[in-house]
Amino acid sequence: MIARALAFFTRLLTGGTPRWRGCLPEQKQRIYFANHTSNLDLVLLWSALPSSIRCRTRPVGARDYWSFGIRGMLAKDVFNAVLIERKQVTRSSNPLAPMLDALRAGDSLIIFPEGTRGPGAEIAEFKPGLYHLAKGHPGIEFVPVFIENLSRVLPKGEILPVPILCSVNFGTPLHLEPGESKPDFLTRARAAIVSLQPPQ
Amino acid sequence: MNLDPDLLKLFGGILGILVTASIISAVLKARVTSEKGRKVVENLVSRTNAWWVMAALFATAITLGKSATLLMFALASFFALREFITLTPTRRGDHRTLFWAFFIILPLHYWTLWIWWYGLFVLLIPVYAYLFIPMRSALAGDTERFLERTSKVQWGLMVAVYFLSYAPALMMLEVPGWSDEHPERNARLIFFLVFVVQISDVMQYVWGKLCGKRPIVPKLSPNKTVEGFIGGGLSATLFGGALWWATPFSPFAAAGLAAVIVVMGFFGGLVMSAIKRDRGVKDYGDLIPGHGGVMDRVDSLCFAAPVFFHIVRWAYS
Repeated sequence: MIARALAFFTRLLTGGTPRWRGCLPEQKQRIYFANHTSNLDLVLLWSALPSSIRCRTRPVGARDYWSFGIRGMLAKDVFNAVLIERKQVTRSSNPLAPMLDALRAGDSLIIFPEGTRGPGAEIAEFKPGLYHLAKGHPGIEFVPVFIENLSRVLPKGEILPVPILCSVNFGTPLHLEPGESKPDFLTRARAAIVSLQPPQ
Repeated sequence: MNLDPDLLKLFGGILGILVTASIISAVLKARVTSEKGRKVVENLVSRTNAWWVMAALFATAITLGKSATLLMFALASFFALREFITLTPTRRGDHRTLFWAFFIILPLHYWTLWIWWYGLFVLLIPVYAYLFIPMRSALAGDTERFLERTSKVQWGLMVAVYFLSYAPALMMLEVPGWSDEHPERNARLIFFLVFVVQISDVMQYVWGKLCGKRPIVPKLSPNKTVEGFIGGGLSATLFGGALWWATPFSPFAAAGLAAVIVVMGFFGGLVMSAIKRDRGVKDYGDLIPGHGGVMDRVDSLCFAAPVFFHIVRWAYS
């Protein structure tokens, strides 16, 4: 119910048109990785997926942000989020472990490999987690997703959203090539998102 | 609830036109052979289907009365403004200004219509919102392209909210001897305006496809041709004149007003296309299948509505 209401509200503000440009919405285990500019990214990407796929897809979020109050409730009951440490990383709280567990259970993931929200147009360098996931699960499709315009709906630091039309663009899936190095894979993954950007 | 028998007759006419259009597009679909023709017909079919939905929404709203009509136009303004602002490269510093435009100025403007505070309805956006927008953006402190950004938000509010709202404002007029004792008759004035605007667009499209050769402004809109404009404009003028019995106008006055609506509507389409070309897009949005966005459908109405409203107000009430 809450999930539907949230998806409806986000659609009302943003249109939220999904555009499947490089693949189709299929019932496959996948990792969707996207640019990150707004707190609504997660809601928009998640509501752009058909509900049959959505229920097996878990967003990855930072434990320090998604643990308390309303956010905690949303993360747990609505999104079924995979929460990872980004502050006190120790051997016992390896951020990769919960993601690998979720993949082993057969779920798909939504991940924002920049790690934090950027100011808008620029896409920051990717954190290495994506590469480690690809190495651990070479069979999984990595789907690049470019979320257009959402930074204008709710920029970092603002509380009130503004209605602007957005689109969620799904590109052609990638895999880790045999022998591909970490920086090469991360650069290629980032370029896949950049290539989905409309020409300015 | 407005079950004015003449309004129902008008709806009957629309029903007839839509059934005819659906039959024609079904026949064309069965006959078309070329690849290019198939695309045109596919677009025609989705346009016609969308017309059914839009006509049903519009008829329901004006039948339900003032509040439903205002709500429908307020939503149309909201969607059109959303499309306009999306296309406009605003900056981070405009965020709070935009929040005001969408969630305070727009509802406030429709509220002045709802309580029929004519003085404020006419002034709120062109004077007070016009002053407020640069004030709010200046507070945000971003000076880059300041004038350009400010004007674009002002333009969006004027076209998508202010001009468009003159269509439902017809509901509030009092035409002595006609609608002063029967305010429900004003629904027919809105019908007249919207029908002439839209039939003019459709007829210009049809005439343009049938015999359009010389584009009026080739660089801007190659599909708007002299032949399409003259044929479509004359047809729409005749249609408007033929509806005189449902209005307070004489047959000639009805045709004359229809001609004014046609010309203003034509320029509305042209100006709003110029903005699209400048931004390098074909449509403002994709909410209405076959038509594009809401703004693509109401652009001509936005330009025709205030002129029609003021002529009727000065000459008839």
